[in-house]
Amino acid sequence: MGGGGTLSSATADGQLSYGAEIEPRMGFFTDTSVCIGCKACEVACKEWNLVPEDGFVWTGHSLDNTGELSASTWRHVAFVERSVRQGDGIDQWLMSSDVCKHCTHAACLDVCPTGAIFRTEFGTVVIQDDVCNGCGYCIPACPFGVISRRERDQGVEHGVGAHDGGAHKCTLCYDRLQDGLEPACAKACPTDSIQFGPLDELVAKARERCEQLVEAGVDSARLYGDDPNDGVGGFGAFFLLLDDPEVYGLPPDPVVTTRDLGEIWGAAAAAAALLGGALLSAVAF
Amino acid sequence: MSEPEYKSYYGRPILKEPVWKPEIPWYLFTGGLGGALSGLAFGARLAGNDTLARRAVMLAGAASAVNPVLLVKDLGRPRRFLNMLRVFKVTSPMSVGSWVVASFGTASGAAAGCELLGVLPRVRALAEASSAVLGLGMSTYTGSLLAGTSIPVWHDARRELPFVFASGAAMTAGAAAAIVTPAAEAGPARVLALMGAAGELANVSLMEHRLGPLVAEPYHEGPSGRYGKIAKGLTVAGAAVLAAAGRKRAGAVAGGTLLLAAGALTRWSVFRAGSASARDPKYTVVPQRERLQARS
Repeated sequence: MGGGGTLSSATADGQLSYGAEIEPRMGFFTDTSVCIGCKACEVACKEWNLVPEDGFVWTGHSLDNTGELSASTWRHVAFVERSVRQGDGIDQWLMSSDVCKHCTHAACLDVCPTGAIFRTEFGTVVIQDDVCNGCGYCIPACPFGVISRRERDQGVEHGVGAHDGGAHKCTLCYDRLQDGLEPACAKACPTDSIQFGPLDELVAKARERCEQLVEAGVDSARLYGDDPNDGVGGFGAFFLLLDDPEVYGLPPDPVVTTRDLGEIWGAAAAAAALLGGALLSAVAF
Repeated sequence: MSEPEYKSYYGRPILKEPVWKPEIPWYLFTGGLGGALSGLAFGARLAGNDTLARRAVMLAGAASAVNPVLLVKDLGRPRRFLNMLRVFKVTSPMSVGSWVVASFGTASGAAAGCELLGVLPRVRALAEASSAVLGLGMSTYTGSLLAGTSIPVWHDARRELPFVFASGAAMTAGAAAAIVTPAAEAGPARVLALMGAAGELANVSLMEHRLGPLVAEPYHEGPSGRYGKIAKGLTVAGAAVLAAAGRKRAGAVAGGTLLLAAGALTRWSVFRAGSASARDPKYTVVPQRERLQARS
């Protein structure tokens, strides 16, 4: 397999099963320090992937009118208005384009009961639209709240666009990757805040960039999701942030739910045994 | 408790709330009810109590017919429900559960059918035995199902939720059987209901205690807190009535009904607690921050 960096070697078994057809693990490095909040990524994603509208609403939260990632928002630009110098009003903007993390250990993929969610030869995590039956389990399983369901509209023909009843999220432009193209959001990003490439190369580049920023006096710069030893085994799409993750609406210490699978099934087995004992002792009366 | 300090993005949730509709808390109820009834039927048959066995088998069959209807109705694409059975994944409690629901439904349906028609006694015996074993899974896997999410109030209760659902299953199965069975033959049902009620009170308290004051907050306020409080009251009242007057027809019906309501409300409380836990970012951020601090 390509690369050989720590993240690539930590790639979940799914990618390894491709044998000779395996590709280097591809991902995103989103450097929020150069994001200008233009939302070209949101628009390019919608255009390329034919993602339906996600509600024309004013949230009142700065310039953010998409609010969060969802079935119909696969890139989401967050806007944080801040006052760094006392009494000067808003004098700093944090902007960050959020996306599905394409986790090394992906809870959505693990818990999907139909096999609709799979790992591609590029190590990315994709929902197969024609298999998903809209059970909704992946939605609360994701530690980042990335996925949601496009609710079925009774008045609309079954399985159509915005009303198909299925779960949806970023595919890391699987179709474009197969043709050797970069994802639409990265292509459209005018400042290279969104960078696409082999994950190990991106991680090396990101670490260099982070050091550079700290040396230049930006003490708050930190990488989020580059550590293969974190709770999800590292992200396939990771970030350079200028504040704590929760400031951007990201969990500070995400963990894949299935890490605790032993405890989850162990408790069920013990409870089942106890119930069996209770049933037998009840009929002995 | 006092509000903890934490940062968030405009107070917006980090996690997504479950999109499951009221079918799911009702399924948590009917699944456990039918599962434990199959076990009670099998046990009663072994003990030679055919009157109790017959009624429990029929009730279990009815519950197992309702289960898949509730589950399929809740899907975003109900016509694709069979896609659940194209894979088997131990990493997915819902996948394992789909197979349990399908096989339990087949077994308990067959048992009820044979009982109703009075045919194929050996098929019935086999179906009763297998539905009893599968029923143990029906009554407990639902705890794993909720624990398999990232929602703090569910995932952090992964060691307790299967016990909460198992005791609730025993309580409601005993209560339902006590209602429909002549008092003289319903002794085991009453005992099961009382054991279940005691277990339910203990398991819910243990779960709330182990979650800690912050993560368990949804069990003390809002709709989930209200449902939980009423459920505890109904559990105590129903158990008292059943213990004191369960040998009389009216006592069995009153006590059993109270316990059935308590079981349903406990499941609604757990279900609604999940939404509340996902909706407020403090339940996600504060424990994760504490975890990070403890590691550094």
